[in-house]
Amino acid sequence: MRLSGKNQRHSRHHWSTNLRRLLSPRTFLQRHAQVALDSLGRLFRNGVATLMTAAVIGIALALPSGLYLLLDNLHRLSGSWEGQASLSVFLKQEVDTDTARRLADSVASWPEINAVQLVTPQQALQEFSEHSGFADVLGLLEDNPLPVVLIVTPATGQTDPAASSALQERLSDLPETDLAQLDLQWVQRLAAILDIARRGVLIISALLALAVLLVIGNTIRLEIQNRREEILVTKLIGATNAFVRRPFLYSGTWYGIFGALLAWTLVEAGFWLLSAPVGKLVGLYQGDFTLETLPLVLLGLLMFAGVLLGLLGSWLAVGRHLHAIEPS
Amino acid sequence: MIRFDNVSKRYPGGYEALSNVSFDMQTGAMAFLTGHSGAGKSTLLKLVALIERVTRGQLFLNGQNVTRISTRRIPYIRRKIGFIFQDHHLLFDRTVFDNVALPLIIAGYRHQEVGRRVRAALDKVGLLQKERLYPITLSGGEQQRVGIARAVVNKPMLLLADEPTGNLDPELSREIMNLFASFNDVGVSVLIASHDLQLIGELDYPVLSLSQGRLVQPGADAA
Repeated sequence: MRLSGKNQRHSRHHWSTNLRRLLSPRTFLQRHAQVALDSLGRLFRNGVATLMTAAVIGIALALPSGLYLLLDNLHRLSGSWEGQASLSVFLKQEVDTDTARRLADSVASWPEINAVQLVTPQQALQEFSEHSGFADVLGLLEDNPLPVVLIVTPATGQTDPAASSALQERLSDLPETDLAQLDLQWVQRLAAILDIARRGVLIISALLALAVLLVIGNTIRLEIQNRREEILVTKLIGATNAFVRRPFLYSGTWYGIFGALLAWTLVEAGFWLLSAPVGKLVGLYQGDFTLETLPLVLLGLLMFAGVLLGLLGSWLAVGRHLHAIEPS
Repeated sequence: MIRFDNVSKRYPGGYEALSNVSFDMQTGAMAFLTGHSGAGKSTLLKLVALIERVTRGQLFLNGQNVTRISTRRIPYIRRKIGFIFQDHHLLFDRTVFDNVALPLIIAGYRHQEVGRRVRAALDKVGLLQKERLYPITLSGGEQQRVGIARAVVNKPMLLLADEPTGNLDPELSREIMNLFASFNDVGVSVLIASHDLQLIGELDYPVLSLSQGRLVQPGADAA
């Protein structure tokens, strides 16, 4: 069967796509800006639901970053102690001050030693009675039970655990030594514990990142279902998969951004709440330590993580569910 | 414009909706597609719209063989075809303007161009005053006309309409058909599936009659 038209003057000209129009960068940006704002508006219209999703993402992002910052501060604190690690060498009771002084001079000439300070029994007793509040009791003692002590500061670069214990061994081997003790051994143990805790935070971060991915993925999946009719119609009138995908990817990104902003607020507020009691505690130790969060760096990192997870989560959801919606 | 070359369509499960259908609709033609429900009208339109794919035979659109066209290229073919559905498929969360603008947004037109073309299309269907309204506030005939404006806004070469007057009273139906005729007058090819034989009889256009998936001679199916 052959059906002829009343007029045949129609030409082929607009069957071909106007490529210049489609490739213009201004149009391209305009389209993206439009879709981004459209997605944003949709999120605002959903008010409470959007807020709850953003809150879940915010808390999930705030938890690991807060913990990490806390650990970082502890590490910085212990690091400042580690720098001044020193060894106390308690000499035998029978070693007198003059012998000790000669010994101190010879030890001070070792390459791994920075300085040696000699504490005579008199100085030690005086210091002890001043700080301990036992002055009255100590005054009852007939003679001074304290030995001569050499406080040995290792040279810079000799403070790591291996060097410290080698030095401790060498000092213990001196005939005059009763006991050589590493004063800040616990700082090194703390550092080791902090390393473990840091690994733990990494694991928690990975798990919570996965949770954020799933939350965003699920939210986008619901949104896809809600907009099923719209997807069908747009596909029917020539929308490419990229066009259909775009608003959902922007939604996911916005969720990530809101979550990151919320996480940043939570972490900063948490540290602000902690700063007063920490200041008090540090004051008790005559320290000058303050909690640091580096707000801008934190914001940048959280934004990066949020946008990445938002995009990835929505990409996964869109990839899984969009193909199922085809006109029929 | 549309050429079917011994086309058959068999759905999964074995039901053959179209058998050895051949016809050639020239560019600039307007034709009706009739037949009882189940005769294959919808299937034929779906094949042209590339919603369903041909099982056997060849399908040409504007001289291009689209029988085995890749899924990725289908959207670009669809942009050159305007669809009108019985139930409009309008998006009820957007204004009339935004509904009509959709094909232009998809095709990536400039903002100013979109406004100009949408108003031209709305003017053609007589709804220029209602661009800010939501489709839900419009009557059935008006909604159908919004659907038509959306189909023609992109200046397609081919209009496909599936029972466009199915829900309308005779007077409105005639109005809609006249609208299609006016698009045909400026060179757009139009294929309309309809079972409104009385209305088709009043208009002087070729008729494709389907019966049980086969083309029959015009008029033979009318009884």
